[in-house]
Amino acid sequence: MSAPTAPKKKGPPQIGLLKGLGVTLKTFLSKPTTQQYPKTKPDLAPRTRGVIALMEENCTVCMLCARECPDWCIYIDSHKETVPPKDGGRARTRNILDRFAIDFALCMYCGICVEVCPFDALFWSPEFEYSTETIEELTHEKEQLRKWMDTVPPPPELEYGAELPKEIQQGLDAARKKAAQRAAATAAAAPAKDDAEQDSGEKKEVEQRLEDTIHVEAQIDQDVFDKLVAEGKSERVARAKAKAAYVRAEKKRQADEIRAKEEG
Amino acid sequence: MAESIFALDSFWLSLILKLVAVVAFFLVAPLIAGYQEHKVMAFMQNRLGPMEAGPFGALQLVADGIKFIQKEDIIPAAADKRVFSAAPGVVLIPTLIMIAVLPLSPGGFAEDLDVGIFFALAVSSVGVVGVMMAAWASASKYSLIGGIREAAQLIAYEIPLFIAAAAVVMQAGTMSLVGIVNAQADFTAFGIPVPYAVPQAIGLVIFGIAALAELNRPPFDMPIADSEVIAGHMTEYSGLRFAFFLLTEFGGMVVYSALMVVLFLGGWNIWPGVPLPDNAILANLIGFGVSMVKILGLVFVMTWLRSTYPRLREDQLQRFAWTVMIPLAILQLIVTAIGKVIA
Repeated sequence: MSAPTAPKKKGPPQIGLLKGLGVTLKTFLSKPTTQQYPKTKPDLAPRTRGVIALMEENCTVCMLCARECPDWCIYIDSHKETVPPKDGGRARTRNILDRFAIDFALCMYCGICVEVCPFDALFWSPEFEYSTETIEELTHEKEQLRKWMDTVPPPPELEYGAELPKEIQQGLDAARKKAAQRAAATAAAAPAKDDAEQDSGEKKEVEQRLEDTIHVEAQIDQDVFDKLVAEGKSERVARAKAKAAYVRAEKKRQADEIRAKEEG
Repeated sequence: MAESIFALDSFWLSLILKLVAVVAFFLVAPLIAGYQEHKVMAFMQNRLGPMEAGPFGALQLVADGIKFIQKEDIIPAAADKRVFSAAPGVVLIPTLIMIAVLPLSPGGFAEDLDVGIFFALAVSSVGVVGVMMAAWASASKYSLIGGIREAAQLIAYEIPLFIAAAAVVMQAGTMSLVGIVNAQADFTAFGIPVPYAVPQAIGLVIFGIAALAELNRPPFDMPIADSEVIAGHMTEYSGLRFAFFLLTEFGGMVVYSALMVVLFLGGWNIWPGVPLPDNAILANLIGFGVSMVKILGLVFVMTWLRSTYPRLREDQLQRFAWTVMIPLAILQLIVTAIGKVIA
């Protein structure tokens, strides 16, 4: 075995020593990030997974959550009720939820139940202060789970350029159609009264709609992405913003093309 | 010789007054320094530090002390009981005695000895006896290794410490601590009034580093390195006896900082050439305040170094002392001597 050799010296070490002092001094002069929890509430991420809340109205007692739960910590009881027939039909039965409880002493917060629920009845709530004196108290019934539902934040906004959910898109289309019909009817009833004003308003709406109808496959706008990364934005944020910028620009370009075609 | 503000006509009354003052300083100043260390280190580590005991955690060390008192006093079965029990006292008393000669204001000292700095440094060396007692009597390998490391470290670092102090003594022409402060009060280098920190810059740095090593402060805390020897000589101690060791550490910080203030930073004077007011009470109050500010400033630097640098290795420590510190200290001594002869 050869004797260990001393590492090669690179420049005077004194500079590094001073740099180290600079780091600690800078930290000393900056504000500590400590949050004094019981006195001040912590800044949690908006979609923190604190506790599982139940939207009781949406639950159809399909039992998927209870079956998928790896810990078997969800307890569901229900009974069937007959709903009186609606004009001429036959009587139908439906499930009525009697008990829905989650034993948070068993729950391992995997979130499979939230994922698996087909009717949007289970949600993650950021509420986390529910420690108890005994283990039995950690089994929370549907009343408490429903209360936590009120602390669930609204779903995150869609990215610019994303397709709307199908139901909302259909509803929106129907509403627009109705509004267009009504506008046509009033325009016919009161001709050329405040033509100019209405015209401009209508035109704006047309434009808006034109751009909404164009579908663009999202791509990353490399220039915007590079600029945002250079500004110190995280890559994830930069990517999303670069995509949005690309979609916006592409839609405008296509809309202008269509409009030019219509005019010329 | 300067007159202490605690000196009265009655010898016994004066003695009691001095004792009370020294013990009060010994009990209060380490608490302030310790609280400052807690807080400064916390902020350097992006934390808040103690916040619950008293306003902004100011009474944390008092609470710690009360807790230590409540703890069981454990003496290991294999320990040499009498030596084991006596060791914390032997460690603690030298620090207490050193305070007696520390001048904190024009009259703010218990005793002004002609051999003040000699006395202070000689007494400080006694502490290592207590450490060795604790290390041996604990009958624990960690204690023993820690104690031997400490002895080796103290021998290595006392030499540059004393030589650096000797250079100051040579420049001031007196060993009295009060005399050194007074000599600095009208000291000028090339016509500019400066404290001894300027001509004795090397000495100041060497004294500071050696003081860190003497006190087992990081980055020179190999004798109590927790990853290697748990807590060195303090490993087997608990309760009040352990608190004594801690109090000595904080007290030592204050005392060594005070020595540095006296030797290098102009003591109770705000700046050489800026006299304190003539009114004796006012002068003492201001002088004490100035001294404390300087002392706590040095404690801040000690904490700063502690939170910045990792611990040295034992061989690095020894090599640094013998090949860097001592030659530099001797150089400072020679330069001072030449300057003294020429001037």
